[in-house]
Amino acid sequence: MLLIPCPYCGPRNSADMTYRGEAATRPDPATTTPNEWRDYLYLKNNPAGWLKENWYCNGCRRFFSLERNTITLEFRQPTLPGSVVRTIDQTQPTTTEQQGSES
Amino acid sequence: MTRSAKYSAAGLLWRGIQKKTWPRVWRDTPLKSNYDVVVVGGGVHGLATAYYLAANHGVSKVAVLDKAYLGSGGSGRNTAIVRSNYLTPEGVAFYDRSLKLYNTMADDLNLNVMFSERGHLTLAHTDAAVRTMRWRAEVNKLQDIDSSVIGPDEIKKLAPSLDTSSNSRYPILAALYHPPGGTIRHDAVVWAYARAADALGVEMHQQVEVTDITCAGGNEQHGKGAGGKVTGVQTSRGNISAPVVVNCTAGWASLIAAMAGVRLPITTHPLQAAVTEPVKVFLPTVVVSGSLHVYVSQTDRGELVFGASVDPFATYDMSGTLDFTEELAGHVLELMPGISQMRLLRQWAGLCDITPDYSPVMGSTPVEGFYCDVGWGTYGFKAGPVSGEQMAKCIAEQAMPELIAPFALSRFEQGRLVGEKGAAAVGH
Repeated sequence: MLLIPCPYCGPRNSADMTYRGEAATRPDPATTTPNEWRDYLYLKNNPAGWLKENWYCNGCRRFFSLERNTITLEFRQPTLPGSVVRTIDQTQPTTTEQQGSES
Repeated sequence: MTRSAKYSAAGLLWRGIQKKTWPRVWRDTPLKSNYDVVVVGGGVHGLATAYYLAANHGVSKVAVLDKAYLGSGGSGRNTAIVRSNYLTPEGVAFYDRSLKLYNTMADDLNLNVMFSERGHLTLAHTDAAVRTMRWRAEVNKLQDIDSSVIGPDEIKKLAPSLDTSSNSRYPILAALYHPPGGTIRHDAVVWAYARAADALGVEMHQQVEVTDITCAGGNEQHGKGAGGKVTGVQTSRGNISAPVVVNCTAGWASLIAAMAGVRLPITTHPLQAAVTEPVKVFLPTVVVSGSLHVYVSQTDRGELVFGASVDPFATYDMSGTLDFTEELAGHVLELMPGISQMRLLRQWAGLCDITPDYSPVMGSTPVEGFYCDVGWGTYGFKAGPVSGEQMAKCIAEQAMPELIAPFALSRFEQGRLVGEKGAAAVGH
């Protein structure tokens, strides 16, 4: 059992998540060659060590990526393009949101 | 074949009376600096490849390297089930050849591998599963495989401990019955190949870890990658030059392939298994349920051996999880409510190299002299003998044999995937 740090919901059991595999940059379908597209579809680095991967949280229904060590199962703080980790600050009125927190 | 000691009942008696000790099963030789073929990975696949290279093709200057001990990976961690009732004609032809080799292995290799041809039941709990079973049965029959769909009454006769009533949460509607399937002693298979290969001059080197593969002429750094050629391997015990390197490393396949600059369509997932305390033998067949993600068989000692589906995320970590035992227990009790008082003895995991189409990656790669026999996911053990035989042929004749041509790495470039998920994902 793994506690996966969902950036929106906080730590959640991996059973609440769907694993979406190794993160890879999708080539532009308009300009890519068939070989590049097949590399993107099928070939994996599958490292023994730090791996950037995608998860889908079944709780908040959002995708996020994070870095996980495939040997020690440690996590690194996820970096999310276009969004930040939302923290609930008890001292602030509930209406205020962090700048740019929504992607 | 020259052997230092042939195993037989008479030999056992004679040595018993003479109080003679048995000779070492395989030699312990110093590591040389060059070989014709270096096989990375000393499991069933690696040892079988080495054995058939020597036995069928006269290539005996072969070294099998393993970073731990022979059979320490998937070969010693699987649930030892063999069968050939696959879904695709390619898969059926391939696994059927493997089953035939397993059938005659004890005679061929002169070691009792305890093959038990006890029959194999794949249960169907949904209409969709029944349809797949019928499909598989028809594909199998066309290739002369003994395989048929049977109903709950016949299932009850074959395995009385199964709950075949319609009151369960997932009632058993039908099963694919495959009488030639069964179990075999997996350690004995490893030892049989190692011993027979040793008698033919193949060297086995344990605790030798391959740290790099040296290449020349490739399009990446240090001459690795497509268009290059293998020149040897670097190991924890020195460098070896060899024109042919074979990757038979199951879960670690991507890491070894990366050393030669080859990327594989593989992700590594652990597969967990568990065994109960021994009880009297009550389960005469192998029982598999794809819908409930479980397969179970009883050993000659009386332990129930369970396996399930792979862990849901990629990792090289082999720790057991409570998730697995909880899910397993729930699903097994759904099938066999009578065993609720049995206790689990232990659980373990092995690493599986999963491909997108649940079929292996075999044969040559874009790097000349670098061969792969990987991507075996959760079904590698039952394919060991035929993989070794065909890989040896592939290496000796430098051409893809017909039987494994569908499993070439190039199928991903050409979009010719061999979809075996319906029969291989959980179906042991």
